Amino acid sequence: MESDALTQEVIEIIAREQRLPAESIQPNATFEELKIDSLDGVNIVFALEEKYNLTIPDETARDMKSVDQVVAALRKQLNTPSPALPS
Amino acid sequence: MERVVITGFGLLSPCGNSAQSFWEQVSQGISGLGPVTRVDASLLGNNVAGEVRGFNPDEHFGRQIDLLDRFAQLGLVAARQALADAGLATRLEEGNGGPAPHRVGVLTGTALGGVESEDASFYQLYGKKSPRLHPFCIPRMMFNAASAHISMESGAQGPCFAVSSACASATHALGEAMRMVRNGTADIMLAGGADAPLTLGVFKAWEAMRVLAPPEPSAQAACRPFSVDRAGLVLSEGAAMFVLESERSARRRGARIYAELAGYGASADASHITLPSQQGPLRAMQQALLDAGLNPGDIDYINAHGTATRVNDPIESAAIGSLLGEHASTVAVSSTKSVHGHAMGASGALELAATLLAMQNNCVPPTANVTEVDPECNLDITPNQPKAKTIRAALSNSFAFGGLNAVVALRQFK
Repeated sequence: MESDALTQEVIEIIAREQRLPAESIQPNATFEELKIDSLDGVNIVFALEEKYNLTIPDETARDMKSVDQVVAALRKQLNTPSPALPS
Repeated sequence: MERVVITGFGLLSPCGNSAQSFWEQVSQGISGLGPVTRVDASLLGNNVAGEVRGFNPDEHFGRQIDLLDRFAQLGLVAARQALADAGLATRLEEGNGGPAPHRVGVLTGTALGGVESEDASFYQLYGKKSPRLHPFCIPRMMFNAASAHISMESGAQGPCFAVSSACASATHALGEAMRMVRNGTADIMLAGGADAPLTLGVFKAWEAMRVLAPPEPSAQAACRPFSVDRAGLVLSEGAAMFVLESERSARRRGARIYAELAGYGASADASHITLPSQQGPLRAMQQALLDAGLNPGDIDYINAHGTATRVNDPIESAAIGSLLGEHASTVAVSSTKSVHGHAMGASGALELAATLLAMQNNCVPPTANVTEVDPECNLDITPNQPKAKTIRAALSNSFAFGGLNAVVALRQFK
């Protein structure tokens, strides 16, 4: 599955914060699979807020349990349209 | 009741990051104080501090470093040294023949906890108007962080918390930990102190109290306890951790025993928030002797609190004089703060290390930088030169703002 620019940025942020190689993180990977615990999770949310200069509400943050979910929540918040689905 | 012995220790200090380098400097009165590098010194009234040098955190920690304020870094590395020195495994495991993890506890003293993280974080908020703080602020700032990380890393599952009583924190921690081993609560306590208070905020707060020494005649010689020309204390940082162990546990595993931590006394002046009394410290020293079953005549050395402030030194001298009575002239006293500075909540632990090393080496470390002994400090304060002496038993004093006093007694183990 090809990932768009936002997904790639999220993967890079997660990779940096978790000290993981970016290429080891798949867009559909869950936090559990990546061994991201709740404290790691809030750290990643903080990094996203800093990067995109926005405030992610607690309830949104709580639902971020995979790379895909982070990207989806972020996209919604950034109010950017989803990329066209591959035909 | 269990006898409590010291079977290992480790430290990081302005006088070096190992017991050996610490003793090389402390025993010779070689100052570890110097110009400040950790903050912008141009903002300081007095450019002098005792910094831990040659410590590169990245060499000691992987990813966990994100969660470690400098005080916890120093405490954790000192604890690793202490465990290794005691011949204990880095990681306690059930059923591997070593001490049971649930019988090992951790108690660290700290006066200021993760103040470096607090200072930096709140600057983001107040100074930079950042809308948010880093989510690791709380785990980095909390005073129990050093204890918690030592427990997590070593696997110690016994009692674990922090003790905070300003400048007496480490000595209170060591004394309380000793009691826990003595009364059977734990077989081993990792105890000591850690503080890293060299932030702009802390410097300026101390500066406002007008008790910091200027770097005169040099930064190295700024701290002159008991000297007639003493001009104040010098802030420093560091950590020292000890393995306090029941004699039974130490013998069972054939551990080397350095000395017996034989007594502990604690008291409160109950009078003034900054002015010390003579009676409070005296009662703490008397209790430490009583607790250890020692008489004033059994003591050969006292590592004084000796801050080099105008107020502390004569009052402490009078209290010591009152404790020792006719023995005052034969007991060696010194303040090693003259070379390692005042590491706040870690001071008592660094000073117990100095006291233990003095006992090991039959050598009283000097009070350095003394130009002329203040006649109001009428004791043998071991000015400038070490003194060869057999030390059968010793006291280490720590007195804190708030009038909180803690004293531990060390005795040769026989």
